[in-house]
Amino acid sequence: MDRKQCCVKLSVQPSRGLMDEKFIVLVQNALPGSQLTIRALHQCEDGHSWEAFGHYTADTTGTINVSEDPSIRGTYSGVEQMGLLWSLRPIPGSKPGLRMRKKNIQTPMEVTISVYQGHQTEGFADLVPLSGVVVERWYMAPGVRRIPVTEGGLTATLFLPSGPGPFPGLLDLWGGGGQLVEYRAALLASHGFASMAIDYLTSKFTMETGKMVDNQYFETAYRVLQQHPQVCGSKIAMIGLSFGTSMTLKMAIYSEVIKLSAAVCISGSHVQPVEGSVEEIMGFFQKNAGKTRFNEKNEAIWRDLLLPIPTDPSLKADVGRLQCPLLLVVGEDDQNWPAQESALDIKEMMARAGNSHLLTVLSYPNAGHLIEPPYTPHARSSTFKTVEIQEKVMCLWGGQTVEHSRAQEDAWKKILVFLRENLYGGRNPTSFSHL
Amino acid sequence: MTQAVPPILSVTPSRALVDEKFQVLVENLPPGCPVTLRSLHRSEDEDDWEAYGHYVSDHRGVVSVSEDLSFGGMYTGKEPMGLLWSMRPVPGSRKGLRLRKINVCTPMLVNISVHSGHEGFRDRTPLASALAERWYMAPGVKRIDINKQGVQGTLFIPPGPGPFPALLDMWGGGAGLLEYRSALLASRGYVSFSLDYLRSEHLSADVEFKYFETAFNIIRNHPQVIPDRVGILGSSLGSMVAFNLTAYSTIIKPRCIVCISSNHYHPPGTTLKAGFKILSNRTNDLSKINCPMLLVNGCDDQNWPTVETVARLLREGGKEHLLSRLAYPGAGHLIEPPFSPHFRATKFIILNSKEKVILLWGGHTKPHSDAQEDSWRKILSFLQLHLYHSPSVKANL
Repeated sequence: MDRKQCCVKLSVQPSRGLMDEKFIVLVQNALPGSQLTIRALHQCEDGHSWEAFGHYTADTTGTINVSEDPSIRGTYSGVEQMGLLWSLRPIPGSKPGLRMRKKNIQTPMEVTISVYQGHQTEGFADLVPLSGVVVERWYMAPGVRRIPVTEGGLTATLFLPSGPGPFPGLLDLWGGGGQLVEYRAALLASHGFASMAIDYLTSKFTMETGKMVDNQYFETAYRVLQQHPQVCGSKIAMIGLSFGTSMTLKMAIYSEVIKLSAAVCISGSHVQPVEGSVEEIMGFFQKNAGKTRFNEKNEAIWRDLLLPIPTDPSLKADVGRLQCPLLLVVGEDDQNWPAQESALDIKEMMARAGNSHLLTVLSYPNAGHLIEPPYTPHARSSTFKTVEIQEKVMCLWGGQTVEHSRAQEDAWKKILVFLRENLYGGRNPTSFSHL
Repeated sequence: MTQAVPPILSVTPSRALVDEKFQVLVENLPPGCPVTLRSLHRSEDEDDWEAYGHYVSDHRGVVSVSEDLSFGGMYTGKEPMGLLWSMRPVPGSRKGLRLRKINVCTPMLVNISVHSGHEGFRDRTPLASALAERWYMAPGVKRIDINKQGVQGTLFIPPGPGPFPALLDMWGGGAGLLEYRSALLASRGYVSFSLDYLRSEHLSADVEFKYFETAFNIIRNHPQVIPDRVGILGSSLGSMVAFNLTAYSTIIKPRCIVCISSNHYHPPGTTLKAGFKILSNRTNDLSKINCPMLLVNGCDDQNWPTVETVARLLREGGKEHLLSRLAYPGAGHLIEPPFSPHFRATKFIILNSKEKVILLWGGHTKPHSDAQEDSWRKILSFLQLHLYHSPSVKANL
């Protein structure tokens, strides 16, 4: 049995980073050849605890470098520089169906990283670590400004990068769960895009009147962004995930007002009643609710609601009319939307129309629906409530953790390069090399 | 609004500890474009400090401060951190200023901006800017005010269960209690106690040797400190105290000491004031020192005469093997943590007479800044060896 080691030194560099930045976890001064466990612990805003750990062996100099040495087993294995973040999962005994999402992005996510003697797998709370450090992970870079937007009846938040500008703009949409989700917009602003996160399903207007918003709401958001003195009005893009993709394609193709320089559609589809209102599009999905399947764990699979991909053109956004570059991000194990089948059909439609030079498809085997910023812990399923359904359902999103996490990392880098190229006109950006 | 999209400036990491490097990158410039990179900081005293370098973008429209040469400004050549260490008060500022952070719980904010052209860049609005945070305290470091057994100061404890090696940290005169070095040392894994020993009430009460011994023991007995791994770090007058404690105390045994900008063998009485009783009767006999010692000095130190015969004195006492020396040509007296601006002369208040003078500290900016960077790294490495190194694999000294 190892006697307790003294003076083991643990460091994480940088100790304060953006959510998409890599860090280096280093253990020094351990006994050469000793078995050690490195563990991450995070308590999220709703009080749940998440942990990740890896089992390591110190080398002949008593050192472990997580970016170079393999974890033998744990919540991740192999050489995984960021495994301590992306493999975070609720501690044993937690409520099922949890998903990690930060609401207050003005404070950092705090993660305690500790090193323990031996190869431990449980009961960490009762063990005293050899060493521990605290790491801060931020969605907002210093100097990024957060500005709530209520103009024109909007429920939105604008994030402005630091500096005089003007900056290209970005409209950021999430999916059927509604709410005002800010973290991705905050992170995009940290990379130089004036980003507006928009609540288009549970806005103040909808909550007060019971009515859903329509095209005008998005057009108002576009105008407010375009007219901001620090926004370059001729360079505005839109990014949407899930149902947000439906809205993005609708606006990109059919809006007379919105003229996008680029569109990013993650885990979504072009299947929708053409020229339908937001409400009609939601209703269209609801009509097919009978096609919901359940797996052996009674988790709801919704991907069939839009299958088979219709041949009737009035049921698909006419991507052949797109005039701006489109980046599609697809998880091939998406159990919630038929993103892969839709991407194939979009490709065919654009080839027939002659605008396929605008299309880029990123397709990831074994990635699921929730393709989030890098190192966001993967949720294969979680409890979910859309604005249509009143009770919570255990929804199967899909994805295998390792591949899903790699997909998040790769997709994010490519999304940033795509936005940079189309909004800033740059070639070969070098400033993303540290991501 | 249809202006052209501007260049992109990024500082990575945007939040860092003060001894960490950053990379300043400008992209999306036209190729071959002359620009000026500028840093701007408003101090706690509301003075503005700045630095700048003149650059030209490459054929890709990129300027990388880490890779490219500055053609002029406050620094020239390839200087990744020039925008910090070459900072000076902006034209028109008060004279003799010194940049020292008093509140270490908040970061130092530095605005980095890029301007078109070289001459007259200040007259033009920046093309882009980014804010960098420079921290003395890592996340999880705890700051504790100490007022115990008559001893006063501030204690910083690293995050984690401990126990940790520790340091007694002592500055010299003229500045009040400075916490930033101890905060940074705690961020590097040492419990560090910045000791307040130069306040007028201490002097009038005749600072006793005992005060320092008590302070050392408070650290030693702290539940999160490993009792036989406590060292002393002193600069200027503080290093004199460190020598004396180490040589003459029968109670405390530091595991190692670091002395920055000291003059341990200067004949007592000639530059020391009457109130410094602890030092007035000692002869600075180095042969009594029994632990590893690191001496850091600037050869252009105008404030204290340079150390030139240390090795001889130690050799005479049979203790040369304990000594490591770093003597930096062109560096002055105030050898601070890395990337701090250099001060050749600053305002100083002489303790006893309360006279305001401008003291010439010496050093030339570039070699002094190099000395700060190199010495800090070597100090940390010395401390790591002597305070963290595991006893079971320790080589015989």
